[in-house]
Amino acid sequence: MSNIFKDRIFKEKAFIPFLTAGDPTAETTVNCILAMERAGADLIEIGIPFSDPTAEGVVIQDANIRSLSNGMTTDGVFEIVEKVREKSDVPLAFMTYINPVFHYGYDKFFEKCQKLGVCAIIIPDLPFEEKDEVVDVAEKYGVEVIFLIAPTSHERIKRIAKEARGFIYIVSSMGVTGVRSSINTDLDEIVSAIRAETDTPCAIGFGISTPEQAKKMAHISDGAIVGSAIVKIIAEYGENAPDKVYEYVKSMKDAVRES
Amino acid sequence: MSKGRFGEFGGQYIPETLMNQLYELEEAYNFYKNDKDFNDELNKLLNEYAGRPSLLYYAEKMTKDLGGPKIYIKREDLNHTGSHKINNVLGQALLAKKMGKTRVIAETGAGQHGVATATAAALLGMECEVFMGKEDTDRQALNVYRMELLGAKVHPVTSGTMTLKDAVNETMREWATRCEDTHYVLGSVMGPHPFPTIVRDFQSVISKEAREQILEKEGKLPAAVIACVGGGSNAMGMFYNFINDKDVKLIGCEAAGKGVDTELHAATIAKGSLGIFHGMKSYFCQDKYGQIAPVYSISAGLDYPGIGPEHAYLYKTGRAEYHPITDDEAVAAFEYIARTEGIIAAIESSHAVAYVMKHAKDFSKDDSIIICMSGRGDKDVAAIARYKGVELYE
Repeated sequence: MSNIFKDRIFKEKAFIPFLTAGDPTAETTVNCILAMERAGADLIEIGIPFSDPTAEGVVIQDANIRSLSNGMTTDGVFEIVEKVREKSDVPLAFMTYINPVFHYGYDKFFEKCQKLGVCAIIIPDLPFEEKDEVVDVAEKYGVEVIFLIAPTSHERIKRIAKEARGFIYIVSSMGVTGVRSSINTDLDEIVSAIRAETDTPCAIGFGISTPEQAKKMAHISDGAIVGSAIVKIIAEYGENAPDKVYEYVKSMKDAVRES
Repeated sequence: MSKGRFGEFGGQYIPETLMNQLYELEEAYNFYKNDKDFNDELNKLLNEYAGRPSLLYYAEKMTKDLGGPKIYIKREDLNHTGSHKINNVLGQALLAKKMGKTRVIAETGAGQHGVATATAAALLGMECEVFMGKEDTDRQALNVYRMELLGAKVHPVTSGTMTLKDAVNETMREWATRCEDTHYVLGSVMGPHPFPTIVRDFQSVISKEAREQILEKEGKLPAAVIACVGGGSNAMGMFYNFINDKDVKLIGCEAAGKGVDTELHAATIAKGSLGIFHGMKSYFCQDKYGQIAPVYSISAGLDYPGIGPEHAYLYKTGRAEYHPITDDEAVAAFEYIARTEGIIAAIESSHAVAYVMKHAKDFSKDDSIIICMSGRGDKDVAAIARYKGVELYE
């Protein structure tokens, strides 16, 4: 059976950009996603905005507020994905909090994901212990629930890695999302602990903004995930962001290729 | 099903970064709650520092005036720092210290929990930082200064609606950033397991005492116990030891703000729906997409869009009932109990007083009821004056 993660997304070292859907408009989001694909993004993480994103730093918090105050909804996000699918088959994942998914209805939500080819979902406030909330219904529609591993996970790594599907999201640092000048966690050790349990690919996110950091992270693992740095570009350039996002993602993907 | 459930409610919906902290906390709590030395130390603090047991006061004038049941008031407002919050805070701070933590952080709405946490931190020699919505630092400026006086650092939170919910968000973010040496002293029976259980246990001293006191005074159990509900800690403390007494009604009073038919309220049970937020599955005020609603109440302490999971369970199973009380009703009760009994009640607790003013006649004169006076109202005087159109600033 083909596995989109191993056979496509992580076929080579992956670069995974993130953006918040509807920030500042649906049209900008569609154009940014297409620009990311052209620039070589391997998987694109689309954030469904939430009023209270407790795992995010100020940059992505603000993007959530911009998007929601412009009227974005979960249905609106699905419409964005539909527009993308008219032109592209780039692998897509959702990143959101459990409450919007719960409210949409798990069956309805994941059925739409399947229909639109969204292959994975990352839910930062759904730890391994609460996975039963969604894993069965997500699996029914062929959507992987991505587990996170943090610097504080320690002995939990083994349990989580063993059951991980799709890929594993390694949180590089303590705290919330946001650009960091340096990342001090012993990521080699975490990756080794994961590799001892599974051949599921793992990518590192949180705090990465420069090509040097991305190269280093992709060297340690199977890929780099970048959110806040891109959201900052979108915040600065608004509807003119797609070209800037293209340049940035291209420079990051090039760096990851070199790793 | 995961741990820490009250029926379908509760759970641990929290980022992976904090999961080991929750395990560590649960393990420490399960050990120390049965440890004699810990309990001796905590009881000593509660009795000799916080002033427990708190009085069960017979409000004779109010009883006569309202013409219903005998009204008793559980005087948590007379505790050190002026509210029930100290019960939980002394327990958690002592527990944190035993766990080797040197720093505590807390969210606060009205500032009562922040003040209590700052107090315990000062007493136990711990560093303390409090997160408080910017709107609340403005309307409760006196409590901000109090916390600073006690050595705490207060961070005004400017994200979201700048109230209690955002203060919780920011405290969670801070805990995820620095948890090795830091304990999050959560102030209510909410959040991820084990917090709803820990906070309930530390607050259950309210009903443990009240049950003994009322039996001694009346020779029988009360017809009802009544408490205000934001997250629900004083109510859970007031309810807990009466849960098995099936004839005792458990009545929670939630903030209806300008009215449950307006958008300006914080009436989670009356107007909320099932959701998952702040670490727990429970009822929340939210829109049809699960976006958390910007709630409102004159009371900063009740201005929260959710309710603790055990309350959700007590409601769903029909064991407890919850009633919305408007700002106007609460302010009228605030003035009434001041003039009738000479007690300046917290605007939060005034919601419970308001319920009794409305419903005293529903009870028999042969019965007694207990109102939990969760806090004193000194902090609210200036805000109530402004509400009444008097230009008074602290």
